[in-house]
Amino acid sequence: MHILKKTNFDFLRWRWHALALSWIIIIAGAISIATKGIPKGVEFAGGTVVIEKFEQPVSVQQVRAALDKGMPGGGQNVVVQAYGDPSQNQVLVRVPSTGGESGADLSKVAKQVADALKGAGLPKFSDPPVSTEIVGPTVGQELTNKGLLATGLSLIFILGYLAFRFQFSFGVGAIVATIHDLLITLAFLAFFRYDLTLNVIAAILTMTGFSTNDTIVIFDRIRENLRSMRRDSLYNVINISVNQTLTRTIITSGTALLTALALFFFGGEVLHGFAFTMVVGIITGTYSSVFIAAAIVSFWRGNAPVRAAASAPAAPPAAPQQPQRKKQRNARAS
Amino acid sequence: MQNLRWKIITVVVTLVVFVALGVYPIVAQRYGITSPSWLMAKQLKLGLDLKGGVHLVMKVQTDDALKLECDIESERLRESLKSKTITFSDISTISPTQFRVDGVPQAQDANFRVAAQEVANFERGSGNNGSYVFTMRPNIQANLREEAVVQARQTIERRVNELGVAEPSISQQGSDQILVQLPGVADVERAKEIMGSPAFLELKIVEQGPSPTKEGLEVNGQLPTGMDIVPGNTGTLGDASTVYYLVRKASVVTGRDLRNARETPDENNLPAISFTLNAEGGRKFGKATSENIGRQLAIILDGRVQSAPRIESRINTDGRITGSFSLEEANDLALKLRSGALPAGLTYLQERTIGPSLGADSIRSGVEASVAGLALVVVFMLIYYKLSGINAVIALIFNLVILLGLMAYFGVVMTLPGIAGFVLTMGIGVDSNVLIFERIKEELEAQRGVRASINAGFGRVFWTLVDTHVAALISAAFLFQFGTGPIRGFAMTLSIGLASNLFTSIFVSKTFFEIELAQRRSATTLSI
Repeated sequence: MHILKKTNFDFLRWRWHALALSWIIIIAGAISIATKGIPKGVEFAGGTVVIEKFEQPVSVQQVRAALDKGMPGGGQNVVVQAYGDPSQNQVLVRVPSTGGESGADLSKVAKQVADALKGAGLPKFSDPPVSTEIVGPTVGQELTNKGLLATGLSLIFILGYLAFRFQFSFGVGAIVATIHDLLITLAFLAFFRYDLTLNVIAAILTMTGFSTNDTIVIFDRIRENLRSMRRDSLYNVINISVNQTLTRTIITSGTALLTALALFFFGGEVLHGFAFTMVVGIITGTYSSVFIAAAIVSFWRGNAPVRAAASAPAAPPAAPQQPQRKKQRNARAS
Repeated sequence: MQNLRWKIITVVVTLVVFVALGVYPIVAQRYGITSPSWLMAKQLKLGLDLKGGVHLVMKVQTDDALKLECDIESERLRESLKSKTITFSDISTISPTQFRVDGVPQAQDANFRVAAQEVANFERGSGNNGSYVFTMRPNIQANLREEAVVQARQTIERRVNELGVAEPSISQQGSDQILVQLPGVADVERAKEIMGSPAFLELKIVEQGPSPTKEGLEVNGQLPTGMDIVPGNTGTLGDASTVYYLVRKASVVTGRDLRNARETPDENNLPAISFTLNAEGGRKFGKATSENIGRQLAIILDGRVQSAPRIESRINTDGRITGSFSLEEANDLALKLRSGALPAGLTYLQERTIGPSLGADSIRSGVEASVAGLALVVVFMLIYYKLSGINAVIALIFNLVILLGLMAYFGVVMTLPGIAGFVLTMGIGVDSNVLIFERIKEELEAQRGVRASINAGFGRVFWTLVDTHVAALISAAFLFQFGTGPIRGFAMTLSIGLASNLFTSIFVSKTFFEIELAQRRSATTLSI
């Protein structure tokens, strides 16, 4: 029924290339994480982060030297970096967990940092600090477990919903695309050494939702076309559907990318990691919706003619396997 | 037409309600317009990361409460066995939930088993050579733990209220954690000390002491029965050395018998805390003091003797705690005593302090970024969809207004990730409009006519939108479940945004198209 739209790209022809590219990035990310580790924010790793605002400009080296001299243990493993707008003279000091941040001693390390800075003759700085964050060692593990559980459960429920509304293979396609997005985003976080913080986790989970959005729009069109284009192969139906929704995919992802980029450039230091994750997530989410999700459906179902595959949501979700195969054979024979 | 009129009325009423709920209070606040309080009652709240303050997570050591119960019950069994002349060699607590009785003679075994039934909260193990292990029943353990957390939360609430912090938030997190958020508090250490110290007050009669060593109070190297040795201060000013007192195990009165406590200077004009007992406490206190005139009374706070004044005469309800307190210490102690003791110790797991300047910076850059992003999107929509783009922008503004109103109504706290959630909602709103408009374009190209195209566009996209929104809601729900503080704000913003977006993109936007069509006699073209 449908006349061809302006575009007519053969997206599925590129599925193997797309899969190869994705695997390369994911494996490179895995290697990066395995060798260098993924930098964890203080919420997950535990430890102390203090942000001090100085009245006059100080260099990171000066602060470093002061901590090396004044901290017990010579300030080992302490990270010092400039924070936010340079004109603000803010310095972030991060001390990894010493295991002592519990009970009454929670803020011991924060005090040691302040004392070391005071003793070094640096310009006056804010007291209390601009911001302090102290996380005891047990909190991180709990958060990690909760995060994994939340991600796993939300994937299972989305799979269930899509299996109910579409077909099981569509659910699998969406979930594989989502897991793909998660892994790619983690890989990019590892490449660019962004800390894995709670905000970043929020961004990752949101972007997986966004990517599922994209995927569903394409699937919805495939579902619709499956009803009207019974003679075509699934391969063609998928390609046509992706092409038909392409304008919409580009506009939506483009506008979302605009807002994410605005957050990245103007959102300030606190939102930096969050916005970076969103940018990566939107790009990989769009890519996976177009190249991965539908490809998975076609792998799962083979390249059978549509007639066999066209069981709209009205049909019982678990279509009996036997008759379907028979139909396929018939179709091939005819 | 009738239908369209009702739609317009619905749209207008929704707009008015949500502007009054969400937008008006913010504007009125910003420009100092005096308004009736019912309008201002539900204001959008800012999270700690935006207005600055302290965020503390602490763990209630629920084992403390179990141990206390274990001590009390084993002590009761000891008394009961004594009164029934059942002999035993020792009763000792072996874990927070277990105690053990040793050396019950074979001949008295049956009697012991009967007596042991009194400690109903404990399961008696089968005896072995006259030794019995008593284990607290699991349901009692669970109840005690739960109670301890609830009591700790209530005590902290009372203390925080006494501190006079505006809009504190104290909530239980998980099974044994308490999250305290104190906006605008600068002195974190003091706040932590006030919330976290047990403040358990006991007044006990001194039998002997003070002595510089523990051993000096023991009889043949053993603690006399019914007695305790408690460390304490000498009571003389400027002397920091520790001395020991032998006191009766049973308290005359405890912090539970207090009616009030406040800081008042003593006769030397040094800070001290005077307290008043309630009627029941006063009766006990009066009896004990009149029987023990001439002896010392130990005032024990959290297991340490603060002072041990001599009892000169019968005292009924009023007393005073002296010690070497600074004025602030005395004030804080009075506050803690007024609000009651913690049932169990606390350990701090997490602490986050955000200075007000950082919060203000975050708001500014967050809002700036969001406005910049939105402006870009609006410009794009207007260029790409021409006049229909206006329709989309109006739907977007509607969405924003409803979102603000609902957030204020439900008391959702606006956090930094919440601002990002706002931006994301706008993004999803744009997406819905794009989906619909692209569909309308397709239908128009298929020569369907304007009216039919619009109807088909909205109709066909409806279920797509439902599917995408439900999937997004599923992830938002789990995000809420998993998140703490800021993340929850984000998940809430996103969920509310999704719901309001479904309404605006389908209902409001369609109504505007219909208004547009109703004004034209014949619709042959559409600016899209």
